[in-house]
Amino acid sequence: MLAATRNSDSRPTPVDIALFGQYLVNGLMLGLMYGLVAVGFTLFFGVLDVIKFSHGDVLTVGAFTAFATYLALKATVTIPWLQLVIVSVAAILAMAVLGALIARFLVLPLRSAPALNTLLITLMLGTVLRESVRLFFPDGSNPKPFPALLPNTAFPFGHFNLRLDSMILLAAGLMMIVAVHLVINKTKLGLAIRAVAQDGETARTMGINFTFVILVTFAIGSGVAAFAGVMNGLYYNEINFGMGLLLGVFGFSAAVVGGLGNIYGAILGGFLFAALQTIGAVALPFASAYKDVFALAVIIAIMTWRPTGLIAEKSSERV
Amino acid sequence: MRPAPSRLPAIACAAIATLYGIAFLGAESQLAVGALLALAAAAIPLAARTGALDKVRDSIGANQKTFDGAAIAGVLAAAIFLHQEHFAILMMTTAMLLMVAALGLTVQFGFAGVVNFAGAAFLGIGCYTAAVVTKYTALPSWLTLPAGGLVAALIGSILILPVLRTRGHYAALVTIAFGILFKTFLEVNDTLGGPQGIQVKPIVLLGWNFSRPIRIGDFVASFYFSYLLLALALLAVSLAFVRRLERSWIGLSLDAIRLDEVASACYGLDVARWKVLAFTLGNFLAGCAGAVYGHVLGFIAPNNFTFGDSLILVSIILLGGIGNVWGVTVAAAFVVILPEKLQIIQEYRFALYALLVIFILLYRPEGLLPRPLRDYLPGRKASAP
Repeated sequence: MLAATRNSDSRPTPVDIALFGQYLVNGLMLGLMYGLVAVGFTLFFGVLDVIKFSHGDVLTVGAFTAFATYLALKATVTIPWLQLVIVSVAAILAMAVLGALIARFLVLPLRSAPALNTLLITLMLGTVLRESVRLFFPDGSNPKPFPALLPNTAFPFGHFNLRLDSMILLAAGLMMIVAVHLVINKTKLGLAIRAVAQDGETARTMGINFTFVILVTFAIGSGVAAFAGVMNGLYYNEINFGMGLLLGVFGFSAAVVGGLGNIYGAILGGFLFAALQTIGAVALPFASAYKDVFALAVIIAIMTWRPTGLIAEKSSERV
Repeated sequence: MRPAPSRLPAIACAAIATLYGIAFLGAESQLAVGALLALAAAAIPLAARTGALDKVRDSIGANQKTFDGAAIAGVLAAAIFLHQEHFAILMMTTAMLLMVAALGLTVQFGFAGVVNFAGAAFLGIGCYTAAVVTKYTALPSWLTLPAGGLVAALIGSILILPVLRTRGHYAALVTIAFGILFKTFLEVNDTLGGPQGIQVKPIVLLGWNFSRPIRIGDFVASFYFSYLLLALALLAVSLAFVRRLERSWIGLSLDAIRLDEVASACYGLDVARWKVLAFTLGNFLAGCAGAVYGHVLGFIAPNNFTFGDSLILVSIILLGGIGNVWGVTVAAAFVVILPEKLQIIQEYRFALYALLVIFILLYRPEGLLPRPLRDYLPGRKASAP
């Protein structure tokens, strides 16, 4: 592919544009998904200074909840858009509840324990979730075909087919980000979340219900992850029990790159990360087979270069 | 001063453990396995209540050498008793090799406080080194053992800078990323066999092929028996080494760094140097164990070294009590052998151990067998309360 580009003169060929469009849509979609996952990480870190490593697996469970809801609905509701709405809402609500439960029973009890314990307990919870999907979902160890619930009309631009479902997904993802932004910045609840993030103790003395705010924050973050899971299923038309692991790692990296605790940083980090991954897949000679290896190596490199992300965490150690 | 505790409880403990091990490994039916588990579940609290456990602990503490000898003799006795049972010998070998890997992780995690969630990757590096050395080079095959360790330490050194510069969850992210990177890399790399895996040829030492049954007169042992002896030797050396490391001033420095980096830096400890040492040493041990493990398995694939396997290694450390050397060996035996014998849980083992660790973290965060306080003056009982 690279050789072809070099041989042709400066005028781009139609094939190039088609490919470019394909990569662009793909990159944007990946960026949105990473960003949505990263928003969760950054929210949790903001309010509690903890990293919930099971976040990626919550996304998996969300996608499977959506799939199970679809299977249950298939016979009674036949209108695709209605199915989609019900399926998404079910997944988001279920994961919001799951997120709040995780916060209540696993994260909050360990608040006074070393940070390592929270990390371990959420890692192990991630394993439990992942394995539960594999073991208890019927035939869960094999990939499942996710139903295409969006209209699959395509608008041809030369050789590039702009697909309507991709556009809808991108728009929905952006709307989700805007919605999170509005909740955090324009509502009383958001004010409480920001207050707790800034200083939990002071927020408490001001009459904010600390535990409630924490639970709601975890619910929001997990609901957003479920949304990302449904998006992932709709875009790739396939879900499997291990999908959350990589998405979780990439999402966490995106949150770190953007500076933990900063929502816009997280979204920016998501897009940056997707861009890096897409460019890496296009530009590197050993290309697509090694694209995950490359992306993971980039994570390690970035962490080495900027140990707490591009926008560094304020680090003053109290001794 | 009290008289030194007698040796008897330590020897009795080793003997009982040996008998139990033989009975457990040799148990044919699921019912027998269940009964033996129930027996242990009843006997251990009983021993703790009657004070027998404390006696054993004191006795072992005062007679380390006797107990070490008894433990090695116990493993050998069990192995000789079960010498024709391929599966039992294989399980013992695997358990001992994972003990070595878990000891490596203990040096990193338990002593220096360096997190490593890529334990299975370093084990895998050892395995794949063994495969590559025996397949592509003319080097003598016994060299794979040190080579596995060295390559693991070398590849681990790529991670030194990230691990040193990052902390807490950031360091965890780096090692998790590395663990997944390793597995993904194996899956796409054709030279290393891709997703199908690669064959590891047996060790041949002076004409002694380790994968052939041992014959001495009428005594014909399983074809895993040579590897069992090798694993036992490796475990004994690693245990001796790690325990001496723990007792030495190096161990003291590592403990200090784990407990408070800033304070130990103030007292003139070179934090970076000791962390690098612990990280490299741990990877070396895991790599050595991995090399032998590769030979034992005979055929290895990327799926043997998933993130889940790394987490199982971490579970071993936590179950045994972070930093408790003996606890880790007991936990490794438990974690490896239990799912093999109790087939109902085989499929569920990842989830089960993860759940177990969650409960331990919630209700007994110091582990099932917490690491005892450092004994600065061995042999002397603390008189002050």
